[in-house]
Amino acid sequence: MSEYIILSIFLFLGAFIAAAATVTGLVLGYRTKNTKNKMAPYECGMETIGNARIQFKVGYYLFALLFLVFDIEALFLFPVMTYFKEIISGHTDLSPAIVIIDLAIFMAILVSGLAYAWKKGILKWE
Amino acid sequence: MFVPSVTNPIGDFVRDMVPRITEFLPASFQSDTLNSVVAFLVNALICIIAVCAVNIGSAPILIYMERKVCAHVQCRLGPMRLGWHGTLQTIADVIKMLFKEVYAPSGADKLMFYLAPLIVLIAPFIVCALIPFSRSLVVADVSMGIPLIIAVNGFGVLGILLGGWSSNNKYSLLGALRSGAQMISYEISFAMILLFVVMISGSTNLMSITLGQEGTIFDWWIFKIPVLGFIAFILFFISSTAEMNRAPFDIAEAEQELTGGYHTEYNGTPFAMFYLAEYIALITNSALATTCFLGGFLPPCIGIEFVDNYLNMVPGVIWFFAKVYFMIWCYMMVRWTFVRPRVDQLMDFEWKFLLPVNLVLLTAGAIYMVIV
Repeated sequence: MSEYIILSIFLFLGAFIAAAATVTGLVLGYRTKNTKNKMAPYECGMETIGNARIQFKVGYYLFALLFLVFDIEALFLFPVMTYFKEIISGHTDLSPAIVIIDLAIFMAILVSGLAYAWKKGILKWE
Repeated sequence: MFVPSVTNPIGDFVRDMVPRITEFLPASFQSDTLNSVVAFLVNALICIIAVCAVNIGSAPILIYMERKVCAHVQCRLGPMRLGWHGTLQTIADVIKMLFKEVYAPSGADKLMFYLAPLIVLIAPFIVCALIPFSRSLVVADVSMGIPLIIAVNGFGVLGILLGGWSSNNKYSLLGALRSGAQMISYEISFAMILLFVVMISGSTNLMSITLGQEGTIFDWWIFKIPVLGFIAFILFFISSTAEMNRAPFDIAEAEQELTGGYHTEYNGTPFAMFYLAEYIALITNSALATTCFLGGFLPPCIGIEFVDNYLNMVPGVIWFFAKVYFMIWCYMMVRWTFVRPRVDQLMDFEWKFLLPVNLVLLTAGAIYMVIV
Protein backbone atom coordinates (compact mmCIF):
# COMPACT_ATOMS: atom_id res chain seq x y z
CA MET A 1 0.00 0.00 0.00
CA SER A 2 2.79 2.44 0.92
CA GLU A 3 4.43 1.86 -2.47
CA TYR A 4 1.26 2.99 -4.18
CA ILE A 5 1.19 6.19 -2.10
CA ILE A 6 4.69 6.99 -3.34
CA LEU A 7 3.55 6.22 -6.89
CA SER A 8 0.61 8.61 -6.50
CA ILE A 9 3.06 11.28 -5.34
CA PHE A 10 4.97 10.66 -8.56
CA LEU A 11 1.73 11.01 -10.51
CA PHE A 12 1.43 14.56 -9.25
CA LEU A 13 5.16 15.21 -9.51
CA GLY A 14 5.23 14.93 -13.30
CA ALA A 15 2.18 17.17 -13.62
CA PHE A 16 3.62 19.62 -11.09
CA ILE A 17 6.92 19.97 -12.97
CA ALA A 18 5.12 20.64 -16.26
CA ALA A 19 2.79 23.15 -14.57
CA ALA A 20 5.70 24.91 -12.88
CA ALA A 21 7.56 25.15 -16.19
CA THR A 22 4.50 26.57 -17.95
CA VAL A 23 4.00 29.18 -15.22
CA THR A 24 7.71 30.08 -15.36
CA GLY A 25 7.40 30.54 -19.10
CA LEU A 26 4.32 32.73 -18.68
CA VAL A 27 6.08 34.90 -16.06
CA LEU A 28 9.56 35.18 -17.59
CA GLY A 29 8.60 35.04 -21.24
CA TYR A 30 9.14 37.96 -23.57
CA ARG A 31 5.80 39.47 -24.57
CA THR A 32 4.67 41.08 -27.79
CA LYS A 33 1.32 42.58 -28.73
CA ASN A 34 -1.28 39.99 -29.72
CA THR A 35 -1.79 40.83 -33.37
CA LYS A 36 -4.09 38.87 -35.67
CA ASN A 37 -1.20 37.44 -37.67
CA LYS A 38 0.67 36.32 -34.58
CA MET A 39 -2.29 34.48 -33.09
CA ALA A 40 -3.31 32.78 -36.35
CA PRO A 41 -2.81 28.99 -36.37
CA TYR A 42 0.13 27.87 -38.49
CA GLU A 43 -0.73 27.31 -42.13
CA CYS A 44 1.30 27.63 -45.33
CA GLY A 45 0.98 31.39 -45.59
CA MET A 46 -2.80 31.55 -45.76
CA GLU A 47 -5.74 31.42 -43.42
CA THR A 48 -7.07 28.02 -42.40
CA ILE A 49 -10.11 27.10 -44.47
CA GLY A 50 -13.05 25.96 -42.35
CA ASN A 51 -12.92 24.49 -38.89
CA ALA A 52 -9.67 22.81 -37.87
CA ARG A 53 -11.58 20.11 -35.95
CA ILE A 54 -12.53 18.18 -39.06
CA GLN A 55 -14.28 14.85 -39.25
CA PHE A 56 -11.68 12.15 -39.67
CA LYS A 57 -12.04 8.73 -41.14
CA VAL A 58 -13.61 5.82 -39.33
CA GLY A 59 -10.44 3.69 -39.75
CA TYR A 60 -8.92 5.22 -36.62
CA TYR A 61 -11.95 4.18 -34.59
CA LEU A 62 -11.80 0.60 -35.86
CA PHE A 63 -8.12 0.37 -34.92
CA ALA A 64 -8.95 1.67 -31.46
CA LEU A 65 -11.60 -1.05 -31.08
CA LEU A 66 -9.14 -3.73 -32.17
CA PHE A 67 -6.58 -2.33 -29.74
CA LEU A 68 -9.10 -2.60 -26.92
CA VAL A 69 -9.76 -6.26 -27.69
CA PHE A 70 -6.11 -7.27 -27.94
CA ASP A 71 -4.88 -5.23 -25.00
CA ILE A 72 -7.55 -6.68 -22.71
CA GLU A 73 -6.74 -10.19 -23.92
CA ALA A 74 -3.06 -9.55 -23.18
CA LEU A 75 -4.04 -8.40 -19.69
CA PHE A 76 -6.12 -11.57 -19.22
CA LEU A 77 -3.04 -13.62 -20.06
CA PHE A 78 -0.91 -11.94 -17.38
CA PRO A 79 -2.18 -13.90 -14.33
CA VAL A 80 -1.77 -17.22 -16.14
CA MET A 81 1.67 -16.40 -17.51
CA THR A 82 2.92 -15.28 -14.09
CA TYR A 83 2.30 -18.77 -12.73
CA PHE A 84 2.95 -20.66 -15.98
CA LYS A 85 6.37 -21.88 -14.82
CA GLU A 86 4.97 -23.21 -11.54
CA ILE A 87 1.93 -24.78 -13.17
CA ILE A 88 3.87 -26.77 -15.76
CA SER A 89 6.36 -27.97 -13.15
CA GLY A 90 3.41 -29.35 -11.16
CA HIS A 91 3.82 -27.27 -8.00
CA THR A 92 0.17 -26.18 -7.97
CA ASP A 93 -3.15 -27.99 -7.67
CA LEU A 94 -3.90 -27.31 -11.33
CA SER A 95 -3.27 -30.01 -13.87
CA PRO A 96 -0.65 -28.78 -16.41
CA ALA A 97 -2.37 -30.49 -19.36
CA ILE A 98 -5.71 -28.78 -18.73
CA VAL A 99 -4.08 -25.36 -18.33
CA ILE A 100 -2.17 -25.79 -21.59
CA ILE A 101 -5.32 -26.84 -23.44
CA ASP A 102 -7.18 -23.85 -21.99
CA LEU A 103 -4.40 -21.52 -23.09
CA ALA A 104 -4.41 -23.06 -26.57
CA ILE A 105 -8.18 -22.43 -26.85
CA PHE A 106 -7.71 -18.84 -25.64
CA MET A 107 -4.91 -18.20 -28.14
CA ALA A 108 -6.99 -19.78 -30.93
CA ILE A 109 -9.82 -17.33 -30.18
CA LEU A 110 -7.29 -14.47 -30.19
CA VAL A 111 -5.82 -15.53 -33.53
CA SER A 112 -9.22 -16.11 -35.12
CA GLY A 113 -10.23 -12.60 -34.03
CA LEU A 114 -7.22 -11.17 -35.81
CA ALA A 115 -7.88 -13.36 -38.88
CA TYR A 116 -11.51 -12.17 -38.99
CA ALA A 117 -10.50 -8.50 -38.81
CA TRP A 118 -7.88 -9.12 -41.50
CA LYS A 119 -10.37 -10.84 -43.81
CA LYS A 120 -12.96 -8.10 -43.26
CA GLY A 121 -10.38 -5.58 -44.50
CA ILE A 122 -10.25 -3.53 -41.31
CA LEU A 123 -6.47 -3.76 -41.28
CA LYS A 124 -6.24 -2.13 -44.72
CA TRP A 125 -5.15 1.47 -44.33
CA GLU A 126 -6.27 3.73 -47.16
CA MET B 1 -5.88 3.38 10.97
CA PHE B 2 -3.55 2.96 8.03
CA VAL B 3 -0.01 4.09 8.77
CA PRO B 4 2.26 4.46 5.72
CA SER B 5 5.57 2.71 6.21
CA VAL B 6 8.88 2.66 4.40
CA THR B 7 8.95 -0.47 2.28
CA ASN B 8 11.52 0.13 -0.42
CA PRO B 9 15.16 -0.88 0.07
CA ILE B 10 16.46 2.72 0.00
CA GLY B 11 14.50 3.40 3.17
CA ASP B 12 16.51 1.17 5.54
CA PHE B 13 18.81 4.02 6.45
CA VAL B 14 15.90 6.45 6.94
CA ARG B 15 14.01 3.94 9.07
CA ASP B 16 17.00 3.69 11.42
CA MET B 17 17.75 7.39 11.54
CA VAL B 18 14.28 8.85 12.22
CA PRO B 19 13.81 7.45 15.79
CA ARG B 20 17.20 8.89 16.75
CA ILE B 21 16.13 12.35 15.61
CA THR B 22 12.63 12.26 17.12
CA GLU B 23 14.21 11.34 20.46
CA PHE B 24 14.84 15.04 21.03
CA LEU B 25 11.12 15.89 20.81
CA PRO B 26 9.01 16.19 24.02
CA ALA B 27 7.94 12.79 25.28
CA SER B 28 4.23 13.44 24.61
CA PHE B 29 4.94 13.75 20.87
CA GLN B 30 6.89 10.54 20.54
CA SER B 31 5.14 7.51 19.09
CA ASP B 32 5.76 4.75 16.61
CA THR B 33 3.11 6.20 14.32
CA LEU B 34 4.94 9.53 14.18
CA ASN B 35 8.25 7.80 13.48
CA SER B 36 6.69 5.75 10.75
CA VAL B 37 4.99 8.72 9.07
CA VAL B 38 8.10 10.91 9.29
CA ALA B 39 10.27 8.13 7.89
CA PHE B 40 7.80 7.66 5.04
CA LEU B 41 7.78 11.37 4.18
CA VAL B 42 11.57 11.71 4.35
CA ASN B 43 11.98 8.63 2.23
CA ALA B 44 9.44 9.91 -0.32
CA LEU B 45 11.34 13.20 -0.52
CA ILE B 46 14.64 11.39 -1.12
CA CYS B 47 13.01 9.27 -3.84
CA ILE B 48 11.53 12.33 -5.52
CA ILE B 49 14.86 14.17 -5.52
CA ALA B 50 16.69 11.10 -6.83
CA VAL B 51 14.26 10.43 -9.67
CA CYS B 52 14.09 14.12 -10.63
CA ALA B 53 17.87 14.21 -10.73
CA VAL B 54 18.00 11.13 -12.95
CA ASN B 55 15.19 12.30 -15.24
CA ILE B 56 15.69 16.01 -15.59
CA GLY B 57 19.45 15.76 -15.26
CA SER B 58 19.71 13.16 -18.03
CA ALA B 59 17.60 15.10 -20.53
CA PRO B 60 20.26 17.76 -21.37
CA ILE B 61 22.90 15.01 -21.59
CA LEU B 62 20.70 13.04 -23.99
CA ILE B 63 19.93 16.07 -26.14
CA TYR B 64 23.65 16.83 -26.39
CA MET B 65 24.36 13.17 -27.12
CA GLU B 66 21.69 13.01 -29.80
CA ARG B 67 23.03 16.11 -31.53
CA LYS B 68 26.56 14.72 -31.47
CA VAL B 69 25.55 11.23 -32.67
CA CYS B 70 23.42 12.72 -35.43
CA ALA B 71 26.22 15.06 -36.47
CA HIS B 72 28.87 12.33 -36.61
CA VAL B 73 26.55 9.99 -38.53
CA GLN B 74 26.16 12.76 -41.10
CA CYS B 75 29.90 13.62 -41.09
CA ARG B 76 29.40 16.94 -39.29
CA LEU B 77 30.80 18.15 -36.00
CA GLY B 78 27.59 19.16 -34.22
CA PRO B 79 27.60 21.81 -31.47
CA MET B 80 31.20 22.99 -30.94
CA ARG B 81 31.11 26.64 -29.84
CA LEU B 82 29.81 26.84 -26.26
CA GLY B 83 32.08 25.19 -23.71
CA TRP B 84 34.35 22.22 -24.42
CA HIS B 85 33.03 20.57 -27.61
CA GLY B 86 29.72 22.38 -27.17
CA THR B 87 28.86 20.79 -23.83
CA LEU B 88 27.14 23.94 -22.55
CA GLN B 89 24.97 24.28 -25.66
CA THR B 90 21.95 22.44 -24.19
CA ILE B 91 21.98 24.53 -21.01
CA ALA B 92 21.99 27.68 -23.11
CA ASP B 93 19.07 26.28 -25.12
CA VAL B 94 17.11 25.57 -21.94
CA ILE B 95 17.66 29.11 -20.65
CA LYS B 96 16.62 30.52 -24.03
CA MET B 97 13.46 28.36 -23.92
CA LEU B 98 12.49 29.83 -20.52
CA PHE B 99 12.39 33.36 -21.96
CA LYS B 100 10.29 32.50 -25.02
CA GLU B 101 6.74 33.76 -25.11
CA VAL B 102 4.04 31.26 -24.11
CA TYR B 103 0.70 31.75 -25.87
CA ALA B 104 -2.12 29.71 -27.35
CA PRO B 105 -3.21 30.45 -30.93
CA SER B 106 -6.63 32.00 -31.53
CA GLY B 107 -9.44 29.46 -31.43
CA ALA B 108 -7.44 27.05 -29.26
CA ASP B 109 -9.07 25.39 -26.28
CA LYS B 110 -6.87 27.12 -23.67
CA LEU B 111 -7.47 24.74 -20.76
CA MET B 112 -6.80 21.62 -22.82
CA PHE B 113 -3.88 23.32 -24.56
CA TYR B 114 -2.03 23.88 -21.29
CA LEU B 115 -3.18 20.56 -19.78
CA ALA B 116 -1.65 18.41 -22.54
CA PRO B 117 2.04 18.77 -21.54
CA LEU B 118 1.11 17.94 -17.94
CA ILE B 119 -0.45 14.64 -18.94
CA VAL B 120 2.37 13.74 -21.30
CA LEU B 121 4.94 14.15 -18.52
CA ILE B 122 3.12 12.00 -15.93
CA ALA B 123 3.69 8.61 -17.57
CA PRO B 124 7.52 8.54 -17.79
CA PHE B 125 7.83 9.72 -14.18
CA ILE B 126 5.73 6.84 -12.83
CA VAL B 127 7.59 4.29 -14.96
CA CYS B 128 10.90 5.64 -13.67
CA ALA B 129 9.72 5.09 -10.09
CA LEU B 130 9.20 1.38 -10.81
CA ILE B 131 12.62 0.59 -12.29
CA PRO B 132 15.18 -1.05 -9.97
CA PHE B 133 18.45 0.87 -10.42
CA SER B 134 20.42 -1.42 -8.15
CA ARG B 135 19.87 -4.12 -5.54
CA SER B 136 18.88 -1.52 -2.95
CA LEU B 137 17.70 1.33 -5.15
CA VAL B 138 14.08 1.11 -6.26
CA VAL B 139 11.49 3.73 -5.40
CA ALA B 140 8.34 1.59 -5.44
CA ASP B 141 8.90 -2.17 -5.43
CA VAL B 142 5.36 -3.16 -6.40
CA SER B 143 4.34 -6.72 -7.24
CA MET B 144 2.30 -5.58 -10.28
CA GLY B 145 5.24 -3.83 -11.96
CA ILE B 146 4.82 -4.88 -15.59
CA PRO B 147 1.00 -4.49 -15.91
CA LEU B 148 1.34 -1.08 -14.23
CA ILE B 149 3.97 -0.01 -16.76
CA ILE B 150 1.71 -1.07 -19.65
CA ALA B 151 -1.22 0.81 -18.11
CA VAL B 152 0.75 3.98 -17.45
CA ASN B 153 2.44 3.98 -20.86
CA GLY B 154 -1.00 4.38 -22.44
CA PHE B 155 -1.33 7.72 -20.67
CA GLY B 156 1.04 9.50 -23.05
CA VAL B 157 -1.36 8.97 -25.96
CA LEU B 158 -4.02 11.00 -24.15
CA GLY B 159 -1.72 13.98 -23.77
CA ILE B 160 -0.72 13.85 -27.43
CA LEU B 161 -4.33 13.58 -28.64
CA LEU B 162 -5.35 16.43 -26.33
CA GLY B 163 -2.48 18.63 -27.50
CA GLY B 164 -3.26 18.03 -31.16
CA TRP B 165 -6.99 18.52 -30.84
CA SER B 166 -6.88 21.66 -28.73
CA SER B 167 -4.44 23.53 -31.01
CA ASN B 168 -7.05 24.48 -33.63
CA ASN B 169 -4.67 23.49 -36.40
CA LYS B 170 -5.21 20.84 -39.03
CA TYR B 171 -1.59 19.70 -39.03
CA SER B 172 -1.72 19.23 -35.26
CA LEU B 173 -4.95 17.24 -35.41
CA LEU B 174 -3.69 14.95 -38.16
CA GLY B 175 -0.36 14.46 -36.40
CA ALA B 176 -2.07 13.66 -33.12
CA LEU B 177 -4.48 11.17 -34.70
CA ARG B 178 -1.76 9.38 -36.60
CA SER B 179 0.37 9.30 -33.50
CA GLY B 180 -2.53 7.97 -31.43
CA ALA B 181 -3.27 5.20 -33.93
CA GLN B 182 0.42 4.28 -34.09
CA MET B 183 0.97 4.28 -30.34
CA ILE B 184 -2.06 2.17 -29.47
CA SER B 185 -1.20 -0.31 -32.24
CA TYR B 186 2.37 -0.81 -31.08
CA GLU B 187 1.28 -0.94 -27.47
CA ILE B 188 -0.17 -4.38 -28.16
CA SER B 189 3.11 -5.88 -29.30
CA PHE B 190 4.82 -4.01 -26.44
CA ALA B 191 2.46 -5.75 -23.99
CA MET B 192 2.89 -9.12 -25.71
CA ILE B 193 6.69 -8.98 -25.45
CA LEU B 194 6.49 -8.08 -21.78
CA LEU B 195 4.09 -11.02 -21.44
CA PHE B 196 6.80 -13.25 -22.91
CA VAL B 197 9.28 -11.92 -20.32
CA VAL B 198 6.76 -12.50 -17.53
CA MET B 199 6.21 -16.05 -18.76
CA ILE B 200 9.88 -17.03 -18.76
CA SER B 201 10.72 -15.26 -15.49
CA GLY B 202 7.52 -16.20 -13.65
CA SER B 203 7.01 -12.83 -11.99
CA THR B 204 5.59 -9.39 -12.75
CA ASN B 205 7.81 -7.69 -10.19
CA LEU B 206 10.71 -5.93 -11.90
CA MET B 207 13.13 -6.68 -9.06
CA SER B 208 12.52 -10.42 -9.22
CA ILE B 209 12.69 -10.33 -13.03
CA THR B 210 16.18 -8.83 -12.70
CA LEU B 211 17.29 -11.19 -9.94
CA GLY B 212 16.03 -14.14 -12.00
CA GLN B 213 18.84 -13.39 -14.46
CA GLU B 214 21.59 -13.80 -11.87
CA GLY B 215 24.63 -15.79 -12.91
CA THR B 216 26.66 -15.33 -16.05
CA ILE B 217 25.87 -13.27 -19.14
CA PHE B 218 24.20 -16.35 -20.65
CA ASP B 219 21.56 -16.31 -17.90
CA TRP B 220 20.15 -12.99 -19.15
CA TRP B 221 16.74 -13.44 -20.74
CA ILE B 222 18.10 -12.33 -24.10
CA PHE B 223 20.44 -15.37 -24.21
CA LYS B 224 18.79 -17.79 -21.77
CA ILE B 225 16.11 -18.97 -24.19
CA PRO B 226 18.03 -19.74 -27.39
CA VAL B 227 17.01 -17.60 -30.42
CA LEU B 228 13.56 -16.79 -28.98
CA GLY B 229 15.02 -14.44 -26.38
CA PHE B 230 16.94 -12.54 -29.02
CA ILE B 231 13.89 -12.29 -31.30
CA ALA B 232 11.85 -11.00 -28.37
CA PHE B 233 14.53 -8.38 -27.67
CA ILE B 234 14.50 -7.17 -31.28
CA LEU B 235 10.69 -7.01 -31.31
CA PHE B 236 10.76 -5.07 -28.03
CA PHE B 237 13.26 -2.67 -29.57
CA ILE B 238 11.01 -2.08 -32.61
CA SER B 239 7.78 -1.64 -30.68
CA SER B 240 9.31 0.63 -28.05
CA THR B 241 10.79 2.82 -30.79
CA ALA B 242 7.28 3.17 -32.22
CA GLU B 243 5.84 3.74 -28.73
CA MET B 244 8.16 6.68 -28.22
CA ASN B 245 7.31 8.17 -31.63
CA ARG B 246 10.97 8.19 -32.51
CA ALA B 247 12.31 7.99 -36.04
CA PRO B 248 12.02 5.82 -38.15
CA PHE B 249 8.48 5.67 -36.75
CA ASP B 250 8.02 9.44 -36.28
CA ILE B 251 4.91 9.57 -38.48
CA ALA B 252 3.37 11.98 -35.97
CA GLU B 253 5.83 14.72 -36.75
CA ALA B 254 6.92 13.86 -40.27
CA GLU B 255 8.25 17.32 -41.07
CA GLN B 256 7.74 17.08 -44.80
CA GLU B 257 4.03 16.28 -44.40
CA LEU B 258 2.80 17.67 -41.10
CA THR B 259 5.28 20.41 -40.11
CA GLY B 260 5.63 19.68 -36.39
CA GLY B 261 2.83 17.18 -35.81
CA TYR B 262 0.90 17.48 -32.57
CA HIS B 263 3.14 20.20 -31.13
CA THR B 264 3.10 22.54 -34.14
CA GLU B 265 1.38 25.28 -32.15
CA TYR B 266 3.37 24.90 -28.95
CA ASN B 267 6.17 27.26 -28.04
CA GLY B 268 8.30 28.15 -25.05
CA THR B 269 8.19 25.95 -21.98
CA PRO B 270 5.11 23.84 -22.88
CA PHE B 271 6.95 22.78 -26.02
CA ALA B 272 10.03 22.04 -23.91
CA MET B 273 7.85 19.76 -21.76
CA PHE B 274 6.89 17.65 -24.79
CA TYR B 275 10.57 17.44 -25.63
CA LEU B 276 11.48 16.52 -22.05
CA ALA B 277 8.80 13.81 -21.95
CA GLU B 278 10.20 12.34 -25.15
CA TYR B 279 13.70 12.08 -23.70
CA ILE B 280 12.57 10.75 -20.32
CA ALA B 281 10.57 8.12 -22.23
CA LEU B 282 13.83 7.25 -24.01
CA ILE B 283 15.51 6.66 -20.65
CA THR B 284 12.62 4.65 -19.19
CA ASN B 285 12.25 2.47 -22.28
CA SER B 286 15.98 1.77 -22.35
CA ALA B 287 15.83 1.02 -18.62
CA LEU B 288 12.93 -1.37 -19.23
CA ALA B 289 14.84 -3.14 -22.01
CA THR B 290 17.85 -3.39 -19.71
CA THR B 291 15.78 -4.76 -16.83
CA CYS B 292 13.81 -7.25 -18.90
CA PHE B 293 16.51 -8.53 -21.24
CA LEU B 294 20.02 -7.35 -20.35
CA GLY B 295 20.16 -8.31 -16.69
CA GLY B 296 19.43 -4.88 -15.18
CA PHE B 297 22.04 -3.96 -12.61
CA LEU B 298 23.80 -7.35 -12.72
CA PRO B 299 27.38 -7.35 -14.03
CA PRO B 300 28.10 -9.19 -17.31
CA CYS B 301 29.89 -12.15 -15.70
CA ILE B 302 31.42 -14.64 -18.13
CA GLY B 303 31.95 -17.61 -15.84
CA ILE B 304 35.70 -17.19 -15.29
CA GLU B 305 36.13 -16.51 -11.58
CA PHE B 306 39.19 -14.29 -11.92
CA VAL B 307 37.44 -11.84 -14.27
CA ASP B 308 34.06 -12.03 -12.49
CA ASN B 309 35.56 -10.90 -9.18
CA TYR B 310 36.66 -7.66 -10.81
CA LEU B 311 33.31 -7.21 -12.58
CA ASN B 312 31.43 -7.74 -9.30
CA MET B 313 33.44 -4.99 -7.63
CA VAL B 314 31.76 -2.33 -9.81
CA PRO B 315 28.50 -1.09 -8.20
CA GLY B 316 25.21 -2.16 -9.79
CA VAL B 317 24.13 1.41 -10.57
CA ILE B 318 27.14 1.85 -12.86
CA TRP B 319 26.39 -1.38 -14.76
CA PHE B 320 22.76 -0.31 -15.01
CA PHE B 321 23.51 3.09 -16.48
CA ALA B 322 26.22 1.67 -18.76
CA LYS B 323 23.62 -0.70 -20.23
CA VAL B 324 20.97 2.03 -20.39
CA TYR B 325 23.29 4.37 -22.27
CA PHE B 326 24.27 1.56 -24.63
CA MET B 327 20.55 1.03 -25.38
CA ILE B 328 20.05 4.78 -25.85
CA TRP B 329 22.98 4.82 -28.28
CA CYS B 330 21.32 1.98 -30.21
CA TYR B 331 18.03 3.93 -30.39
CA MET B 332 19.92 6.98 -31.65
CA MET B 333 21.84 5.06 -34.30
CA VAL B 334 18.58 3.53 -35.53
CA ARG B 335 17.01 6.97 -35.66
CA TRP B 336 19.72 8.36 -37.91
CA THR B 337 20.18 5.24 -40.06
CA PHE B 338 16.76 4.10 -41.24
CA VAL B 339 14.26 5.87 -43.45
CA ARG B 340 10.70 6.56 -42.37
CA PRO B 341 7.97 4.19 -43.64
CA ARG B 342 4.64 5.51 -44.93
CA VAL B 343 1.74 5.55 -42.49
CA ASP B 344 -0.06 2.62 -44.15
CA GLN B 345 3.16 0.57 -44.25
CA LEU B 346 3.61 1.29 -40.56
CA MET B 347 0.16 0.02 -39.63
CA ASP B 348 0.50 -3.02 -41.89
CA PHE B 349 3.84 -3.82 -40.30
CA GLU B 350 2.30 -3.87 -36.83
CA TRP B 351 -0.96 -5.70 -37.52
CA LYS B 352 0.10 -8.06 -40.28
CA PHE B 353 3.66 -8.83 -39.25
CA LEU B 354 4.58 -7.88 -35.69
CA LEU B 355 1.40 -9.11 -33.99
CA PRO B 356 1.32 -12.58 -35.67
CA VAL B 357 5.04 -12.95 -34.98
CA ASN B 358 4.39 -12.04 -31.35
CA LEU B 359 1.67 -14.65 -31.01
CA VAL B 360 3.93 -17.28 -32.58
CA LEU B 361 6.76 -16.25 -30.27
CA LEU B 362 4.53 -16.55 -27.22
CA THR B 363 3.38 -20.01 -28.29
CA ALA B 364 6.93 -21.11 -29.10
CA GLY B 365 8.09 -19.84 -25.71
CA ALA B 366 5.35 -21.80 -23.96
CA ILE B 367 6.26 -24.96 -25.91
CA TYR B 368 9.94 -24.46 -25.08
CA MET B 369 9.11 -24.16 -21.39
CA VAL B 370 6.97 -27.28 -21.45
CA ILE B 371 9.70 -29.31 -23.15
CA VAL B 372 12.74 -28.06 -21.22
